[in-house]
Amino acid sequence: MSDSPAALETAHNPQLRHHFSDMEQQTQASTFGMWLFLATEIMFFGGMFLAYLVYRYWYYDEFAAGSRSIDIWLGTINTAVLICSSLTVALGVKAAQLGKQKLLVFLLSLTMLFGLAFLAIKGLEWYDKYEEHHVPGYSFSAADLIEKYPQLHIDPRPEQIYFSLYFAMTGLHALHMIVGLGIFSFLLYKAIRGTYGPDYHTPVEIGGLYWHFVDIVWIYLFPLLYLIDRKPLR
Amino acid sequence: MSEHVVSNKLYVGIWASLMVLTVVTASVAFIDLGPFNTVVALVIATLKALLVVLFFMHVKYTSEKMTKAVIVAAIFWLLLLMVLSLADYGTRGGRVSAQVRAPAVMRFVG
Repeated sequence: MSDSPAALETAHNPQLRHHFSDMEQQTQASTFGMWLFLATEIMFFGGMFLAYLVYRYWYYDEFAAGSRSIDIWLGTINTAVLICSSLTVALGVKAAQLGKQKLLVFLLSLTMLFGLAFLAIKGLEWYDKYEEHHVPGYSFSAADLIEKYPQLHIDPRPEQIYFSLYFAMTGLHALHMIVGLGIFSFLLYKAIRGTYGPDYHTPVEIGGLYWHFVDIVWIYLFPLLYLIDRKPLR
Repeated sequence: MSEHVVSNKLYVGIWASLMVLTVVTASVAFIDLGPFNTVVALVIATLKALLVVLFFMHVKYTSEKMTKAVIVAAIFWLLLLMVLSLADYGTRGGRVSAQVRAPAVMRFVG
């Protein structure tokens, strides 16, 4: 055991793992690890965004028609829901820093509620697409779009590419939301047991970083999928 | 440990700005700005992402240079992927099947 002043000071914190010399180093290592993971996540989503860019460039009219067909209201409300959840996460981290345990439990629960609301609204949106035969596959049909937007040159095959990307990107994002809900259930369980306080709240902090990252992905998905072309057609 | 505790007022301010920007970006999409619709949408999205990263994710207050290095590196890698790939696809003459209706760049940006 090191006898540096920092080690002595925190030697009694039960949350200090033995391979770290003090709590501060432990926090720095965990936070840095999360940021590194988020960098790999950017590359993970980056491939999909690139596919999106290339196909949007090739099949702009199909992308414009597909974008018009998804419900902008549900998309906007979902953006607002995620922004609210990011606020509750940020306030939750602060509550942990200040040792307000009841507030932390409340804010973590509220965050999860927003997360579930997001998924429910997303489910409604996907169901609309299913009813409209916009799910790529054998039952796919772009006939309604071709009829509705005669000004656009719509080929049903590339139209499926838009919807494939729509489902892949919103699906991957929703998967991240589900993982986030798992992480937050763990945090909530620990918070109820009183694990987090001014001396130890790194898990809340880095769980929060993950949640904010998933929010940022949505911040880009919203304009790219929903707002491609909403202006009046000439 | 010297952690920065952000005031509730600032957090609520950031939240309000994010909400306003969401309404703005959704509304502006209905106005015909030509190719600038996409530009405005992406600028607003980037502004929102910046607000989240700087304030909610505490990057503005961190003294960790490593964290900042990771963020810069991640954005750099993403730009490498996008710029080099688009430089390739962008010079291949666009859409494969249908007739060319406008210069490739115009169709790309809307």
